[in-house]
Amino acid sequence: MSTATQSPTCVEEFAAQFERLEKNDAFTQSWFHPLRKAALANFVENGFPTTKDEDWRFTNIRGATSTEWAAAADDAKSIAKDALAQYCIGEVAATFVFVDGRYADALSSTDGVSNGVVVKRLADALDSDSAQLKPYLGQILKQKNNAFALLNTAFVEDGVYVFVPKNAVLDKPIHIVYASTANDRPTVSHPRTLIVAEDNAQASVVESFVGIGSANSLTISVTELAVGPGANLFHHKIVEEALNAYHFGTIGAWLDRDSRCTSTNVCVDGKLTRNNVESYLKGEGGCCTFNGLSMLRDEQLVDNHLRIEHVAPHCESWQYFKGIYDGASHGVFAGRIYVHDDAQKTDAKQTNQSLLLSDKAQIDSKPQLEIFADDVKCTHGATIGQIDEEAVFYLRARGLNETAARNMLVHAFANETLEQIAIDPLRERLEAIVLDRLPKG
Amino acid sequence: MALLEIRNLHAHVEGNEILRGINLTVNAGEVHSIMGPNGSGKSTLAQVLAGKDAYEITEGEVIYNGKDLLDMEPDERACEGVFLAFQYPVEIPGVSTNYFLRAAVNAKRKHHGQDELDAVDFLELVKEKAALVELDSKLLNRAVNEGFSGGEKKRNEIFQMSVLDPTLAILDETDSGLDIDALKTVAHGVNTLRGPERAMIVVTHYQRLLDYIVPDFVHVLREGRIVKSGGKELALELEAKGYAWVDEEIKTAAAAS
Repeated sequence: MSTATQSPTCVEEFAAQFERLEKNDAFTQSWFHPLRKAALANFVENGFPTTKDEDWRFTNIRGATSTEWAAAADDAKSIAKDALAQYCIGEVAATFVFVDGRYADALSSTDGVSNGVVVKRLADALDSDSAQLKPYLGQILKQKNNAFALLNTAFVEDGVYVFVPKNAVLDKPIHIVYASTANDRPTVSHPRTLIVAEDNAQASVVESFVGIGSANSLTISVTELAVGPGANLFHHKIVEEALNAYHFGTIGAWLDRDSRCTSTNVCVDGKLTRNNVESYLKGEGGCCTFNGLSMLRDEQLVDNHLRIEHVAPHCESWQYFKGIYDGASHGVFAGRIYVHDDAQKTDAKQTNQSLLLSDKAQIDSKPQLEIFADDVKCTHGATIGQIDEEAVFYLRARGLNETAARNMLVHAFANETLEQIAIDPLRERLEAIVLDRLPKG
Repeated sequence: MALLEIRNLHAHVEGNEILRGINLTVNAGEVHSIMGPNGSGKSTLAQVLAGKDAYEITEGEVIYNGKDLLDMEPDERACEGVFLAFQYPVEIPGVSTNYFLRAAVNAKRKHHGQDELDAVDFLELVKEKAALVELDSKLLNRAVNEGFSGGEKKRNEIFQMSVLDPTLAILDETDSGLDIDALKTVAHGVNTLRGPERAMIVVTHYQRLLDYIVPDFVHVLREGRIVKSGGKELALELEAKGYAWVDEEIKTAAAAS
């Protein structure tokens, strides 16, 4: 791809922003600066993807790349606690709130953290925990052509660092809220979450990306998950961005031997959301599960791109992605399972199920398998359809009216994914959103 | 007044006439069996009565409890007491039997101006009825019919029937695919529900079911018409002589007239 033909302004604008940041000594003297610089150079060289790129064929991002984005003012904007109340997920070990990328101290708390677990702002950890961060931060993602992950690495200011030491079990979830608000100028943020779970550790983390009001925002996020031997990590990403917001998120996971990582991604709002996932099963016996649910309307678009690499033998990976598309919404799914030649006895499954509620909704689904080992089990399946009319009749023949019957089926379709969420208040809230979207009558 | 009065009912599907003038009167308390070879229109009749919209009614009328049945939506018919036990019960991923059945029970109660059943009362009811057809109550918390054996699906139908307590129950080949033990269990469930207020239409291909659910009347359906009616002995005769015997009889009768 060339930068000459597409959105040079925006690319140059990011380059200029970076130069301005480099005038600050603290920025250039950090151990992380060389990584930033390399990422930016890589980004400038390649620019933003266009629909000519295979991985972006169905997702046109011109709306995002033709806008001039600026970072928020230095101080966190204060937002009312009430505005965030609806996103609460019940009892938590810690809450971190960022508003337009800036840490909001008054809205955050780490009261419930114990057992040697570290949960702190990434901005602080970059200095104070550099030795712990170095093996992970910027090391997990391997795909070099991900413009948005590169931008995040170049510009990341803050986010959350979670460290769960050997054998520690965090019994309550950590909640991270990245909120975007309406600003005078289109505002970009580059939040980053790094979660390191050591041997046999267990933790549950929820990242909520929320739009407050009609935020004209661009969120470029990276989430890095390093799951140590025997560790068990539950990660949730909830996207409820504003109706005119762009979200480009990348999740990278490393799984060591016998570890488990379950990441559930629910998208219910936002103008355009792209989720990139890269997962590397590096030790024998690892198991990663990626669940996804998109519930879209109007002209919303959600694009889930996954790349699961089986590096070690005897690993399992599961991808279950579902979408409910109303209005003129558009879903894209591309899941690639890549099995290295040593990764014998791989067991990998990928399914993508789409429910189209309107004639104008669109779905593009692309499964890809690349297998270099000869003793593996890899399956994929995609279904795209309307509500099963036989099932509607069955329910009606038992006394449910047509709306109730249809709603029950859509709800059930969504619920198969939501049931995987073990945090009751979170699951119940998402269920309520689904129910609220269904036609009344 | 009869509970159900079918008069000269004609139904098409995709341009083919399947029902060609059905006449049938069913009174409360009666069990009618409708027998016939494949393709005779048995299942179509059952589905038309339940309100499946794949069929176009071209002629005739159906009066149920004094009301025009064909004018009602399927859910309205259900709320008014019509129940169809499906030949092929539908699998519904993500919806448990208990969840949807409680919604169905409450839809019916609401229709009749009664208070909704709460979860406790509902579970009580369900427990009792599940035992009736020896349905493992664990199945009721699983997705409707998903991963159920053929026998479990059919028992689930009869279980739902007993919970919904219909006035007119239509059993569409409830015996197909059942082994003899399952058949006995299902028949026991059905027999328990027999009563003076309730009528049943038992659609079957085989006489075997009628050893266990003994009908008051047997009707033979042939090419969309009821060509012969009789008592329970007719089923035995059919079993012994086959459906071809009915054809012969009709021919002879036609020649004689």
